[in-house]
Amino acid sequence: MSKVKVARKSTLIDMTAMSDVTVLLLTFFMLTSTFVKKEPVQVKTPGSVSEIKIPETNILQILIDPSGKVFMSLDKQKDMIQTLSDMGNEYGIAFTPEEIQKFKLQKTFGVDIKIMKQFLAQKAEVQDAELQKYGIPTDSLNNQFKKWVQFARKSNGKDMTIAIKADQKTPYKVIKSVMNSLQDLNENRYNLITALKVESSAKKE
Amino acid sequence: MAELQTNEGGGKKKKGGSKQKKIHVHVDFTPMVDMNMLLITFFMLCTSLSKPQTMEIVMPTNKESDLTKKNEVKASDAITILLNGGDSIYYYQGKPDFKDYTKLKRTSYNATTGLRAFLLDRNRLAVAKINDLKKKKQDLLIADSTYLRQVSEIKGGKLTPTVIIKATDQATYKNLVDVLDEMAICRIGKYVIDKYTPGDKYLVKNLETKGNYQSNFAN
Repeated sequence: MSKVKVARKSTLIDMTAMSDVTVLLLTFFMLTSTFVKKEPVQVKTPGSVSEIKIPETNILQILIDPSGKVFMSLDKQKDMIQTLSDMGNEYGIAFTPEEIQKFKLQKTFGVDIKIMKQFLAQKAEVQDAELQKYGIPTDSLNNQFKKWVQFARKSNGKDMTIAIKADQKTPYKVIKSVMNSLQDLNENRYNLITALKVESSAKKE
Repeated sequence: MAELQTNEGGGKKKKGGSKQKKIHVHVDFTPMVDMNMLLITFFMLCTSLSKPQTMEIVMPTNKESDLTKKNEVKASDAITILLNGGDSIYYYQGKPDFKDYTKLKRTSYNATTGLRAFLLDRNRLAVAKINDLKKKKQDLLIADSTYLRQVSEIKGGKLTPTVIIKATDQATYKNLVDVLDEMAICRIGKYVIDKYTPGDKYLVKNLETKGNYQSNFAN
């Protein structure tokens, strides 16, 4: 009596098709997505029905958190350097090449120009954690924000787009002071960054 | 990982057949799939698919030479919207009426009963015209550029009301964006963001107290 022999089947699965699929997915993700910018504060933008997309390059982004702190980001490093040195000249602060190098690497900036030197002396990790405590002064006596915008415009030229990204809960008071500063500089066209809201009545139109 | 299997023909050679050996190439793609999955996970976590939307606004200049051009709004065309704290919203038409508190109306951000209903009604001629145009565009009767030009003509035309938006310091950014959004939905081309005046504050207080505030001043 011979025992029933269990046929040994090979468990080799052909992964070629799977690999094809994953490569396709990967390509899709690489082509369609954009990297999330590191921001010091989490901002939840209000929704709107507007469908205009923001231009990809040459943006001066003004980030306003719910408590009213203002941060800024420029996307060209060359212009960041120029803007910083202009700011330094304005407030009588000379920045060393190392400090400029460090400033250049910041994704978002927003500290009082007077403490910029101390801030830049810190390590990058410490800077990230510390940045959210500061913010650019916007009050009328010490309106550094206005200067930043002015110098950013000077180094970027006419094509720069100003975009305001503020949290839903930001009081209008802060927005008003930012808008007034921009108005003083004759910056009358700018963008408000919003999230997409699907409106039932907008669809019906 | 990759294995080659050569079939040695098993001794039974067909006569006249080709002498090429059949080679089966098996490449194991499992590590490749692993790596791809890791990469996909990375991209999914570190990137965002949707680009943020934006709303373009144009503010009036405060150059002296342009200031004279302001204040040319006809009273009958003007609608003033007051944004207060706690998501409350008021509006009045034409000139502020300090005597009659009922001229100021309280409304809401509600899409069907609130501000939108009122604005759509005020602007119904323009809205109807634009909807007609939109239909024509969808039926490919007019070109895209013509559509955009005519829409902006209608929006800037004499039929449409002019909206003045005034917000208190207590109003939130969301309130402002919501109202600007209503402008887009209700096809209002002429609107301006202005300063909240003591007069507006008076109006709101007067409405809240149903006219009692007014008597305190004893004119």
